[in-house]
Amino acid sequence: MNPTLKQILTSLASIALAYSLGMFFVLAAGESPLLVSKVLFRSAIASQYDLGMTFFYAIPFALAGFSVALAYRSGLFNIGAEGQLNMGALGCAMMGIFYPNLPAFVAPFAAIFAALLFGGLWGLIPAVLKTERGSHEVVTSIMLNFIAAALCSYFILYILKNPESQNPESKTLGSSYLFKSFEFFQGAPVGIFLFAIPVLSILIYFFFEKSILGFEMKSAGSSLEAAEAAGISARKIQWLSFALAGATAGLIGSVEILSNSGKFKMDFSPGYGFSGIAVCLLARGNPLLITISALFFAWLHKGAMDLDIETEKMTRDMTSILQALIIAVVASQQSVVNFVKMRRRKFNS
Amino acid sequence: MSNFFNSESHELLALLLSSLRVSTPLIFAAMAGFFSERSGIVNIALEGKILIGSLTGVLAASYFHSPWMGLMGAAVVGLVIGAAYALMTIILKADHIVSGVALNLFAAGITPLACNYFYGASGSSASLASEDRFLSAPVYLALVIPFLIDFWSRFTPSGLWHRVAGEEPKALKGAGISVLKLQFTSLMISGALASMGGAVLSTFLSSSFSRNMSAGRGFIALAALILGRWKPLPTFFACLFFGLSEALQIRLQGLSFSDGSTLPVQWIFILPYAITLIVLAGFLGRSRAPKALGRIQSE
Repeated sequence: MNPTLKQILTSLASIALAYSLGMFFVLAAGESPLLVSKVLFRSAIASQYDLGMTFFYAIPFALAGFSVALAYRSGLFNIGAEGQLNMGALGCAMMGIFYPNLPAFVAPFAAIFAALLFGGLWGLIPAVLKTERGSHEVVTSIMLNFIAAALCSYFILYILKNPESQNPESKTLGSSYLFKSFEFFQGAPVGIFLFAIPVLSILIYFFFEKSILGFEMKSAGSSLEAAEAAGISARKIQWLSFALAGATAGLIGSVEILSNSGKFKMDFSPGYGFSGIAVCLLARGNPLLITISALFFAWLHKGAMDLDIETEKMTRDMTSILQALIIAVVASQQSVVNFVKMRRRKFNS
Repeated sequence: MSNFFNSESHELLALLLSSLRVSTPLIFAAMAGFFSERSGIVNIALEGKILIGSLTGVLAASYFHSPWMGLMGAAVVGLVIGAAYALMTIILKADHIVSGVALNLFAAGITPLACNYFYGASGSSASLASEDRFLSAPVYLALVIPFLIDFWSRFTPSGLWHRVAGEEPKALKGAGISVLKLQFTSLMISGALASMGGAVLSTFLSSSFSRNMSAGRGFIALAALILGRWKPLPTFFACLFFGLSEALQIRLQGLSFSDGSTLPVQWIFILPYAITLIVLAGFLGRSRAPKALGRIQSE
């Protein structure tokens, strides 16, 4: 069978299994899985506005998925996207608040560049600590997530503070920075970034499959020793993939600020960075499939929002539960497959 | 502000006592981390286990009208969660980090959902009556448990096996001891301890469950474990140190200088994480992880 097709089929099977496990909790709470499924399915596409909101969540989900995939390609695990996206938002907000009068044809680019730069540099830290000091990137990234959150909170509360607001949020960026939303979505904050996702996914796909660097990342990912023996610099590859991963996550911060709130709100991310892990795993790191996977998770996320209103016992938190179950099923899948194969072999002999 | 810095001795004593209080859940969780990581299983899921424990603690304490039952209930649920984590990492051989992410996400989702089921609101539970809360008992437990674990780890056969599992699992196999059983048991104990830490958080430091109330404590416990070089007693002291920084943060929050500006507590909040980063980078002496940590055992 075609490997991509096989991959898609196993992913669909994983979703089905994880979803059934999730419905067990629905039953336990005394709700009807049928009703919950209906709400989950329908409220993501019930109106143009709802569809817009689904896209609104799909964009950061996809970017976080790309971010995890860019590190994963070189065998690194990026659990730090949450910190990187906060730093990206910080860079973007500083640009738009310190230089509010930039002309409209450079302003958004400058803000996006700042987000990429801040996210990328923040992403570089665990890579440098790994290659220079031998520290594991996962633990350092977790610590950096908290440090980023505190740094951003300091900047929001002391340097970029909006004096007119009681909420922990920055001033509004200069108006030349902000993107317009499409009329079609009837007020859902979705603009031109929507088209950036498929473009980015194709770019990353070609980067992975056709570029020398992409090939080097892949070989470093499968065996660092073999790659080094072939003359590939592990340091270069690890720095590069983490910087790219960080920059991509940083982009989430600018999407949120430029096309949604217009300011840096503390805790704007409902854990996009961690959801990115689910998005990437389900798509097995394939950048084209990540777009679809992100859309799927966004669909669930938007659907779950309406569980608060439409059911008595279920809440929007169902989205985290389903994400967790999908991660768990996909991560343990290899042994399940092996187990089934083993049983079949026994059965046949 | 001036009042605090010209402090009389009782102010200092109050600060030390409050840091002892806030380090209690950290100590439970860090010991949970010890059980898991020294047996070879990476545990970034402490955070989720604390969260589940804090809700279970409130539920059981209010149902049985006893904080001890809250602690017990959390321990029992913790055993189950630990077993589920063991199922993923040991039996199904899923990546430890990925499993941890899944468990944390699951806990972040299931606790508000369950809270909504029992209390009709997903944000927080009803408050516990004061007789259903702890006054000081968890502090004494937290002061004793690390010493017991240290003794067990160093002077008993099973304690030795536990340490060897994280360093040279092959040696254990050679001695006819099942690494699988040992790790499974370690993870169940780890789950129980972390979950008890959560119950301490909700029935001792606070009087109800609230959404995401673990607030990164699982990761601070992990940091303490790293700072303590994966040894029970140094880890215990690291927890006390992080407790002190949290207590300082609480105490300095909202205090203002004479000109009306406030002190940015963010810098104190960063402290445990920054120190851990420096230790991980080897600038404060090497902190070496157990050699076989994170390795997936093949048959």
